[in-house]
Amino acid sequence: MKLTLDINGATYRIEVEARHTLADAIRQECGLTGTHVGCEHGICGACTVIVGGEAVRSCLMFAVQAEGQPIRTVEGLAPPGGFHPLQTAFMAHHGLQCGFCTPGFLMLAASVLERDPHASDAALRDSLSANLCRCTGYQGIIDAVLAAARAMRSKGG
Amino acid sequence: MMGWAGRPILRLEDPALVRGQGHFTADLPARFRVRFVRSVVAAGRIVRIMPPDGATVFTIADLAGVKPIRPMLHKFGYIPIEQPVLADGIVRYVGDPVAVVVADSDAAAEDIADQVEVEIIAAAPVTNARDAAAPGAPLVRAEVPGNIVVEAAIETAGHRLAISRTHRVVACSVRSNRQNASPLEPRAAHAAFDPASWRVTLTATTQTPHMMRTVIADLLGIREADLRVIAPDVGGGFGQKMSLAPEFVVLVWLARHLRTSVAWTEDRRENLMASFHARDMDLSVTGAFDAGAKLIALTGEVLANVGAYAPYPNTAAVEPLMSLAELPGPYDVAEYACRVRGAVTNTCSSAPYRGVARPALTLAMERLMDKAAREFGIEPWDIRRRNLVTRFPYVSASGLTYDPGTYLETMERALSMADAPSFRARQAVARAAGRYLGIGLSTFCERTGYGSPAFAARGMDVTPGWETVRIAMDPSGAVEARIGASPHGQGLETALAQIIADELGVTPEAIRVIHGDTDDTPYGWGTFASRSLVIAGGASLLAARKVRRKLLAIAATMLEADAADIMLDDGAARIVGTDRTIPIATLARASYHQAHRFEVEPGLAESATYDPAGTFSNACHLAIVEVDVETCAVSIERFIVAEDAGRLINPMIVDGQIRGGVAQGIANALLEEVVYTDAGDPLSTSFADFLLPTVREIPRIEIAHLQTSATPSITAAKGLGEGGAIGAPAAVMNAINDALAPFGAEIDEMPATPARIHAALREAG
Repeated sequence: MKLTLDINGATYRIEVEARHTLADAIRQECGLTGTHVGCEHGICGACTVIVGGEAVRSCLMFAVQAEGQPIRTVEGLAPPGGFHPLQTAFMAHHGLQCGFCTPGFLMLAASVLERDPHASDAALRDSLSANLCRCTGYQGIIDAVLAAARAMRSKGG
Repeated sequence: MMGWAGRPILRLEDPALVRGQGHFTADLPARFRVRFVRSVVAAGRIVRIMPPDGATVFTIADLAGVKPIRPMLHKFGYIPIEQPVLADGIVRYVGDPVAVVVADSDAAAEDIADQVEVEIIAAAPVTNARDAAAPGAPLVRAEVPGNIVVEAAIETAGHRLAISRTHRVVACSVRSNRQNASPLEPRAAHAAFDPASWRVTLTATTQTPHMMRTVIADLLGIREADLRVIAPDVGGGFGQKMSLAPEFVVLVWLARHLRTSVAWTEDRRENLMASFHARDMDLSVTGAFDAGAKLIALTGEVLANVGAYAPYPNTAAVEPLMSLAELPGPYDVAEYACRVRGAVTNTCSSAPYRGVARPALTLAMERLMDKAAREFGIEPWDIRRRNLVTRFPYVSASGLTYDPGTYLETMERALSMADAPSFRARQAVARAAGRYLGIGLSTFCERTGYGSPAFAARGMDVTPGWETVRIAMDPSGAVEARIGASPHGQGLETALAQIIADELGVTPEAIRVIHGDTDDTPYGWGTFASRSLVIAGGASLLAARKVRRKLLAIAATMLEADAADIMLDDGAARIVGTDRTIPIATLARASYHQAHRFEVEPGLAESATYDPAGTFSNACHLAIVEVDVETCAVSIERFIVAEDAGRLINPMIVDGQIRGGVAQGIANALLEEVVYTDAGDPLSTSFADFLLPTVREIPRIEIAHLQTSATPSITAAKGLGEGGAIGAPAAVMNAINDALAPFGAEIDEMPATPARIHAALREAG
């Protein structure tokens, strides 16, 4: 079936089967390979993107379900050439090693902070339990997200 | 200015990765997608394979001429076992690939794979090592008598006599249940045929691209020159991506056969049941102590379930032989006897996973020490004070030479960080209130950065070890370092750039480290066994020194000074003590374009190889846990690591390696377990069944570093990639047992799930 996806402000007209997941459509049809697929059953969260302001696991959503809603992926997190405060913080706090889970964690944290810029440290930590990382032991990720939250708040975000 | 090595500079790898600009194997488009049809029974004979009409499906009959995978070990009575790249009439575990489907899309390939009928006459499977090793067990493979693929033993001359004379004998049996390394990126491969050159480029999730090229060319009977292997960004490996996946061989064959590009990405279910497993081991150890609680003699018996096949290059003997050599660990014991065996079964093959056998060995030794301490009525730290190696170099009873370390000092540091004496008081108060806290120690040493002599001692047909690094400064002064190692998340590019920057007087940002492409890097062994910083780092240092010598010679001519009086720093050559400088970029340009002026060879490209004997890191892990005796849940209150990996090149990366390893070790102790039914059906085939830890289960890990500088490693750095995973399980298990002590309950099987803790409490009454 033909459908139109709005990803990072750009329009993608694609043709997929109804059963195709949003993750596969983003990666294979739209060529945005920054979103990664780790488990395809909704546990690891590597494929997390933001659809209509909500973090979703794009492996658990059909592409057709996302039509008509703005979709954001890691490629659209920062303006071209720049870094989002979360990206800066992940680098500064060693929040990644192999980098495979990183786009999912970034989009998860971005959605949480956009919804509630004043989310408590405990709430942020709690929300990060949604995704899996196999390399870092999580401490760098927690430190990065807490630091980014402070940086974004102090900027008056 | 101070050097770059030793500083926690940010990683050069990260800007691309945080932007989603990494290049992972599954990102590549291909003409065809590939799906493997896998056995749904654990043992049996294939009667026929019937694909649906019109489907493109290949079986081993089509791949006639492709040799089976057959890694070899020329010692210890090892019986080589073969693995055809697709099942050749016999299936040996659930997940064994029996056919391969090629289609236009992943979905179409999966649909076809589901319709391929595979008729199998099932046989009775053998799924655990105890059953496999029992007398009269059905044979998993006709060529392996008694199902024992490797058996080795050691006994020091005075062992028996020493045991007969000792004061007290303490025995301990532990079980380590089966693990899956579970890198978050599943295995994937992309093979593209180029009609112009008749070459295939295989892009794959591998830690060992050069070794993959050699073995795949061997199996297909083609020239290595006709195959290029690329390891792009690889999303974690932890050993699972070190061994040859038979699927890679099939992908290259398909690309050649179909003269186009084909791609395969496994799903998580395939990874959990048909990649590689590890750590399925039963260990019994006996310690004979003198009246002063000093270990005099150690006896070990190790049985590993190695699964159905042998991983290339390590063979099915890797866990048993690691056990034989390294069981005594950090303890001084003169007399040692040990028998190790590996049993083949109808389960997924066992292969190296971060730590290789040592998490289970450390569990056995650390439980033994805690049990002995209790029998002697002393604290766990007291018995370790009497037994840890303190004089170096130390030659172990199994013949390994330990270079200087801080085995005792790291434990004392961990104890002081935990304030162990005051913990006992707090524990008593908590117990009175019905809360059960426990403290657990794990002391261990970790053999790292070992070169070819160590692998040769195992008798491996393939003897890895050395690494080569080629460094070239181009005429603009930019530096490229080409390495045979193959990092996949460790931050090695950054660490090597720091080492090279210090020699060449440039910034790490000016250095591009190129890896993971057999067309573009020197032959090397890849990244595994906590080796890359030590060995590729040493080779980087040696190659950089050669380039440095040339730069100094050129600078001496251009500055009309003695080379000995010139330093390279901050992008310039300077005559020490003066303000006379010349930019390094000018030297670089001159080395190529004005070569006639200098006595050194033109250009600034140099190569060096390093093949060290190896070095031992050491650490003490300390866990404080609370066990809820109602729910039997374990929470970790504190986790402390005091470690010594020699000189730290990038302390930020070091801490990241430790934390990541500890997280895997904690999960090994509490959560993760590959489960098979007696029929050989895997039950842990999703992340809802095989439980990776989340933010909630992993505490903030406190780290202290000691830095022994006297090491055979020329960078003074020791390896540390595996230590976190090696030490953490025993620390957690000892802490749980300490917490359960008031009940007289003990648990020596990991993971210590709530069900197992409940059973232990019930058994204790």
